[in-house]
Amino acid sequence: MRSFLYLCTALAVIALAAWAYRENHMTQQAMNERRALEREIALLNETISIQRAEWAYLNRPDRLRELVDVNFEQLRLVPITGAHFGEIGQIVYPLPAPRAEISDTIEVYGAVEHLFAPSESVEQMP
Amino acid sequence: MIRTPLRPLARVLKARATGQNPDHIEQENLRLRREVARDGARLRAEGRLLALALLFLSAFVVLGARMGLLAATTPLELSRGVLEDISGARADIVDRHGRVLATNLATHALYAETRRMVDPVRAAHELARIFPDIDGARMAERFTDKNRRFIWIRTRLSPEQMQAVHDIGEPGLLFGPREMRLYPNGRMAAHVLGGASFGQQGVRAAEVIGVAGIELYFEDRLRDLAQVDQPLQLSLDLTVQAAVTEVLEGGKRMLNARGATAVLMDVHTGEVISLVSLPDFDPNNRPPPPTEGEPADSPLFNRAVQGYYELGSVMKTFAVAQGLDSGRISPSTIIDTRGPLTFGRFRIRDFRNYGPQLSVKDVMVKSSNIGTARIMQPIGATAQREFLDRFGFLEPMPLELAEAARARPLLPARWSELSVMTISYGHGMSTSPLALAAGYATLVNGGRRVTPTLLKQDQVQPGQQIIAQRTSDQIKLMLHQVVQEGTASFARIPGYPVGGKTGSADKPNPRGGGYKKDAVLATFASVFPAHEPRFALVVTLDEPVDTTGPEPRRTAGWTAVPVSAEITRRVAPLLGLRPVSLDIANASFQQGH
Repeated sequence: MRSFLYLCTALAVIALAAWAYRENHMTQQAMNERRALEREIALLNETISIQRAEWAYLNRPDRLRELVDVNFEQLRLVPITGAHFGEIGQIVYPLPAPRAEISDTIEVYGAVEHLFAPSESVEQMP
Repeated sequence: MIRTPLRPLARVLKARATGQNPDHIEQENLRLRREVARDGARLRAEGRLLALALLFLSAFVVLGARMGLLAATTPLELSRGVLEDISGARADIVDRHGRVLATNLATHALYAETRRMVDPVRAAHELARIFPDIDGARMAERFTDKNRRFIWIRTRLSPEQMQAVHDIGEPGLLFGPREMRLYPNGRMAAHVLGGASFGQQGVRAAEVIGVAGIELYFEDRLRDLAQVDQPLQLSLDLTVQAAVTEVLEGGKRMLNARGATAVLMDVHTGEVISLVSLPDFDPNNRPPPPTEGEPADSPLFNRAVQGYYELGSVMKTFAVAQGLDSGRISPSTIIDTRGPLTFGRFRIRDFRNYGPQLSVKDVMVKSSNIGTARIMQPIGATAQREFLDRFGFLEPMPLELAEAARARPLLPARWSELSVMTISYGHGMSTSPLALAAGYATLVNGGRRVTPTLLKQDQVQPGQQIIAQRTSDQIKLMLHQVVQEGTASFARIPGYPVGGKTGSADKPNPRGGGYKKDAVLATFASVFPAHEPRFALVVTLDEPVDTTGPEPRRTAGWTAVPVSAEITRRVAPLLGLRPVSLDIANASFQQGH
């Protein structure tokens, strides 16, 4: 009985040692991965900051003004003035949605009646 | 220790006498002796076991605690440059809509380790080819100097330059990573941002330190590693700033002004939306401080904040406001304006004769010096001083710029009765355009003290009530009447009713004594929309001349007002103000009374 207990203990020690060894390696591997990730994050952060700086540089007011001047022919952009403000009444109502023309065989899933709404109701819309 | 003998004679003799074996006594004593030894050994062993157990226990406790601690800490993300002792990290500065005004950019510095160099002379000449300002022969001399082992060559390299240096193929030329401060918008808001340069330098990194403006004022906040990821958000609006700069530059050029400045401020929060001072500079390449000439003519000089000038008639509004607030006058009170008003040797004149009497409203509209002097005369020095102090005119106007605290207003040494009269129309006391904007904001926002700020405010607790709401309403109407009927007629803009007051002050002679001839500081302080002001705009031009007419015109009505009007016309829609007709504005004024 006693020797069996000893055997069990020894086996448990061996198993724990193996587990600890494995765990140690996994930790070191995770730490290596972490370092690599941190390096990547730092690099990406740097890239983002460069992109942000470049974006800000490309959108600097001086350059935008030059671009507006150069492309005046096509874009006709002018500084915003009071005359550009509209009234709510100037906004048109949405046009009735054009009815889908079905010219070919189609496969339909789900409720069919919604797809083929009665045409009168569409035309009655203001 | 006394050892008990194994065979004590007395007991042996007694045993022999009784016929017992004396060996038994010896065995008995041996047994007792062994028992004592065994007890001692057991006690020692138990002690050792206990100590060992304690050791293990504490080891486990330590390990467990450490594991618990590790599990409880938040994972830390390494950002660039943080691990160094010298950190180049610095938070971004953005405008009120999050557009970048200042950011850090990774770049490289170039240095040489001469002991590693293979062909120092060739390297020096190659470097001179890449950088035109490097003298090849002198650089070769430095490279071959036996006493030098380490030489800084460049603090910043562009990627192209770095590649060119790589192509030299010299192992002794090395690159050190650097953070560089970049102002992507160039000259825009230069006086607010200030500039940055390198502080302590190491091979792996260099400190980026602010040298002026908001960069210097918020040095600790910007370099605080805990807040380095959160940008510093200013109240400036980049779009508005660009529009104001463009218009002001045009106006300065057309009117041949030596300098110009504009301050646009939210009248309720005190947020500075735009602050322009011309001439300006590029903060990416900040010029050295001037060594000759007037410091006020240097591009580095922030006219809006550091420039304390006698601003002239724009200050009349405060005299009239004090008169109204004290209850002595109302807008329709008639003031005696017969001139010239003599006081001792001093004579106060008007720009032209406006007749024997004017109402208070017309004193403002026509800008009569005699009128405001007469209004202030009975109020007196103590009350005037106290009134101006409430607006903050007697102290440097605070702002989050390193320069703001360095300039002070010029006040009369002795606040005499004559000072009272001259200060009533803006002479004898100097004010910065920023302080003036804050003053006008206070006048029209219902009378609550405004403290200017460059940081975006989410909510602002209303300032101290300085003048009555009623006074504020009366001033609003008068300012509007100045534009509609008086000296600032060029400020009439369709859709955007403006209220304001002009000021054309003679510039004091720098060599002391009197005022310069034909040198005028033209100012227009305005608020818009006039009926319910949301923004205050101060435009100041230094020595402008309008030469479109038959004779040169220098007064603010012909110079600062048209520039200010154009700024308002461009900026009001950008600030989200819908145009309103004059009738609506007038109706709003009627309702207020």
